Amino acid sequence: MTADISVRKNYLNRDYSIASWLTTIDHKRIAWLYLVSITAFFFFGGAAATLIRLELATPAGDVVETETYNRLFSLHGIVMVWFFLVPSIPATLGNFLIPLMIGARDVAFPRLNLLSWYLYVIGGTFTLAMAIAGGVDTGWTFYTPYSSLFANGQVVLAVVGVIVAGFSSILTGLNFIVTVHNMRAPGLHWTRLPLFVWANYATAIIMVLATPVLAITLLLIALERIFGIGIFDPKVGGDPVLFQHLFWFYSHPAVYIMILPGMGVVSEIITCFARKRIFGYDGMAFALLAIALIGFLVWGHHLFVAGESVYAGVIFSLLSFMVAVPSGIKVFNWAATLYKGSVSFETPMLYALGFVGLFTVGGLTGITVAATAVDVHVHDTYFVIAHFHYIMVGGMVMAYFGGLHFWWPKMTGRIYPDRWGRIAAITIFVGFNLTFFPQFVLGYLGMPRRYHTYPDEFQLLNVLSSAGAPVLAIGYLLPLVYLLYSLKWGPVAGPNPWDAKGLEWQTPSPPPEHNFDRLPVVTQEPYAYGLPKRDSDAARS
Amino acid sequence: MAYRNAIPTPPGAEAKPAPQFDSLRQQYEADTLGMWIFLASEILFFGGLFMAYVIYRAAYPEAFEAASGRLDLLLGGINTAILLTSSLTMTLADDAVLPRNRKALIGWLAVTALLGTVFLVIKGVEYSVEFAAHLAPIFGRPFDFPEPHTEQARLFFSFYFALTGLHALHLFIGIVVVLIMLALAIRGVPRLEAKVTIAGLYWHLVDLIWVFVFPLLYLAAHHG
Ligand code: HEM
Ligand SMILES: [Cu+2]
Repeated sequence: MTADISVRKNYLNRDYSIASWLTTIDHKRIAWLYLVSITAFFFFGGAAATLIRLELATPAGDVVETETYNRLFSLHGIVMVWFFLVPSIPATLGNFLIPLMIGARDVAFPRLNLLSWYLYVIGGTFTLAMAIAGGVDTGWTFYTPYSSLFANGQVVLAVVGVIVAGFSSILTGLNFIVTVHNMRAPGLHWTRLPLFVWANYATAIIMVLATPVLAITLLLIALERIFGIGIFDPKVGGDPVLFQHLFWFYSHPAVYIMILPGMGVVSEIITCFARKRIFGYDGMAFALLAIALIGFLVWGHHLFVAGESVYAGVIFSLLSFMVAVPSGIKVFNWAATLYKGSVSFETPMLYALGFVGLFTVGGLTGITVAATAVDVHVHDTYFVIAHFHYIMVGGMVMAYFGGLHFWWPKMTGRIYPDRWGRIAAITIFVGFNLTFFPQFVLGYLGMPRRYHTYPDEFQLLNVLSSAGAPVLAIGYLLPLVYLLYSLKWGPVAGPNPWDAKGLEWQTPSPPPEHNFDRLPVVTQEPYAYGLPKRDSDAARS
Repeated sequence: MAYRNAIPTPPGAEAKPAPQFDSLRQQYEADTLGMWIFLASEILFFGGLFMAYVIYRAAYPEAFEAASGRLDLLLGGINTAILLTSSLTMTLADDAVLPRNRKALIGWLAVTALLGTVFLVIKGVEYSVEFAAHLAPIFGRPFDFPEPHTEQARLFFSFYFALTGLHALHLFIGIVVVLIMLALAIRGVPRLEAKVTIAGLYWHLVDLIWVFVFPLLYLAAHHG
């Protein structure tokens, strides 16, 4: 089965021209289009973060002006949330793997899939234009009146970019839902669906139902800027806090767009490297849906101090605590999957274990800030910054890298140097904690977010945090080097280097254009580790 | 060791599903499900705006009623009737989608597109009257409304233009879609079932949104 991959026709070598890439409707190639473009945005957003940490290394504002600083953190947030994190796992790994995992030839709407990518690129172009034309100082949250009455940046370019990228994610979500409903191979019942597919399905529901609310909200901002209609303008009786409600009605569910796919990746990796079936499959699938649904009901926890009524605060606080239940189920089930497994620590597994630990810290501090009394103290401080970075960076970015390393052999047919992979994973873990753990303390001590100067007594912790940033940066740059290296010099992977059980491993690496030479029929649960081999494995070896 | 064939053999050359599907039936189901999901998304898009409107309507009842009284109920009512009728003709088009009814399909699609266009023309007339009466608080144009409700009336008219404008944009897209169906039907393209059903779903949604826009905006002054 390890015939020279350059001989075999696959989705990569069938045509190398640029035009064939830009007009492809093959989900596996579209995944690559996304992979390349979001990597560019990841390093772009990272550059802004580097400047932020550089400025914060000293108490005085000596690297950039106040106004520049505001523009930097806004750019960082906008790029990282909408142009990296939201599309990260779904648009790359999700696009690549969902059809393979369900035994389909492609997603349900391949052309729409390509359109999603073009919309993403157009949205990204607006964002770049915004940055070049001077940026915005609203933060990624675009709160009114910073974005309306008192806007002094390129708000329209910025929100149009986000709206267009939003349509891209709506179309991706729509495509995933229909694909999972209609394209499953014979025998692949819902209860045999890999958790990665469940996770992307739950994510897709949020994309489809929450993103349009963001679109209308930001559209109103754009209309306010262009036409001067005054829906959030207190002068005519408009209410700026209404903007916050509408914004968080999307953006809280959106934080789950930015974590559920990671949970899916981690479930796949942990079962594979523990050589054990996932513990509590039903509970895991149920928890994904529960998080997605409850996630729609907690947005008010971002407005505890924005004039929300006490009663609303109490309800939103309770509902926020409830999200922790399914999140807890997941963490316990991962732990139980590891228990008595034959665990090995290849690169993807290191990322997955990193995810579990960091997500747990992020989730627990989420509960902390969801307690109204505590939140009055830590709201708009570095505590909140640390909370969401533990989840979004410690969780999702870890999972994204873990997934990339897990499925890299499938996507490219090559194996990367595992030792370098482990070094990078550990570097990222250390660098991440060094960067963000001090921010919990800073926030608790009262350092507010979004200022570029601070009192001297906060310097030590800030220096620690700034020292972590380059470590983190090196950790992120390493994979760029050795993964590219592996494309040419890596050993040939073969169809199933990890001896994993999912359908995607039943086809050659890289897969042929239509994924399977013969479409499979599924007769087993997804995680048949420790069970007799599949028929098809026997047929192969 | 069970396998199904990778490429199904189609019964007739024209009746071939797209390559990612196994059968036309699967394709039809995927297409309609996709459209339903898109409609759900659209409902939330307008939903955000409706919710914001309802909040302000509850906060400033007198102002919104006074402002609503300045809308042209007659033209709005006529437009409602037109749009509801267009949904009927769209359904009739859907009903006539099989090849033997080609003439009827062409006819009903044409009537549907025509009704949609008439709606937009009437809407344009309303807009121009409102612009002339200084009721359009956009582009920095003058806005005249008697005290004490001047400011909140501005808010009402902001919503009026945002809601009806977005609805008109959707209707415009709907008309383009129906015209494309019409072109396909005239060129004798076979198997329009899925396409016309999907175009119809979209058309009905745009109609349905108007069914909410109309009472919220036009009837606010005329309740109870
Ligand atoms: C256990 C579940 C979680 C709970 C109970 C929770 C709770 C909270 C609360 C109460 C806040 C507001 C704090 C404040 O502004 O004072 C907050 C902020 C935030 N959370 Fe979470 N959270 C949870 C999970 C997540 C996840 C999974 C993500 C992302 C993947 C996330 C991302 C964020 C972000 C981005 C903010 C700050 C937004 C801003 O103001 O810029 N949270 N969280
Ligand atoms: Cu939240």
